[in-house]
Amino acid sequence: MTTSGVIELLLSHLTNELVVSANGYISRQLFHCHDRNTNFYMLGSMGLASSIALGVALAQPHRKVIAIDGDGNVLMSLGALTMIGGCRPTNLIHLVIDNEQYETTGGQCSLSAKVDLVKFALAAGYDSSSLSVSAVEFCSSVHNALRRCGTSFIVAKVGPDTGTPPRVRRSPESIAERFKAACANRDPE
Amino acid sequence: MSGAEFCALSRQLGYDFFTGVPDSTLGAIFKVLENDPQYTYVSSVREDNAIGLAVGAYLGGLTPLVLMQNSGLGHCITALASLSSLYRIPLLLVLGWRGYHQNDAPEHVMIGRLLPTLLKTIEVEYLAPSTTEVTEAMARLSQTNKEKRVTTALLLREDIVS
Repeated sequence: MTTSGVIELLLSHLTNELVVSANGYISRQLFHCHDRNTNFYMLGSMGLASSIALGVALAQPHRKVIAIDGDGNVLMSLGALTMIGGCRPTNLIHLVIDNEQYETTGGQCSLSAKVDLVKFALAAGYDSSSLSVSAVEFCSSVHNALRRCGTSFIVAKVGPDTGTPPRVRRSPESIAERFKAACANRDPE
Repeated sequence: MSGAEFCALSRQLGYDFFTGVPDSTLGAIFKVLENDPQYTYVSSVREDNAIGLAVGAYLGGLTPLVLMQNSGLGHCITALASLSSLYRIPLLLVLGWRGYHQNDAPEHVMIGRLLPTLLKTIEVEYLAPSTTEVTEAMARLSQTNKEKRVTTALLLREDIVS
């Protein structure tokens, strides 16, 4: 799988779910694949996508909220996993697209190849945690997570992508205002 | 002012989601938040996680208040610069001011001395009220952060809320 492929597969399962994406190529790829009102593109503040998603999930308990994280991001703020496991919202999916590198900054190695993130999430108190190494496994995990009441952690192992996704062409203020309005509006897009 | 009075004041001003990292100066407030079920309080593990959580809660329709010791402000600089300020999300920070008296424990002295300068540098407006000025200060800071959509901070020295 690739980052762009995983994001496309995820989007094929979604309707009006709220998505918070990590900085770097993940937000750029999500914007490039499908710029939805219900996407919040985190542009800076590396490590905080899952904390933001937890805040959204607690404020919007009747909506599914999905954090799209990267391995570098999740490793930077592992403590956030304990906050999610401790709060145990009923509606949060935490996806980690794991390419075992800091791709946006030039492909430097991350430590995710040596760390079992799936076990970390279980130890932190997530209700479910799984590893996907194929599109079939990934789709099954997403399908189950969307139907589960609780917290789901999905690590999707990906290989190198081709090309550089364009930057998010939307002002930060409009990203926030649009997402906030989408949270307030429960109708599907 | 008591911790219960401070929490009631915050709620009166519209704050309905509390998060942060515990601090002894703010101990009376945390005691109420942890024990009174009328307040929604989520304990954060680090101060920048609290900023992230508060931003998410705000986007989801709540009005967050973030509490921490001033030593934790250092962890927040990136979160304030490239998250809350970048997206113009109004946040009110309540900071316990350790090191205000320069005879505090040595680890608090430098950050305590630099706190006003640090806040000015990162463009956070602040007030450091006496006990009798807390109500007015909270109202002013709350109004500023909503009108200008900026982060503001209330600095509480020892025994201001107890």
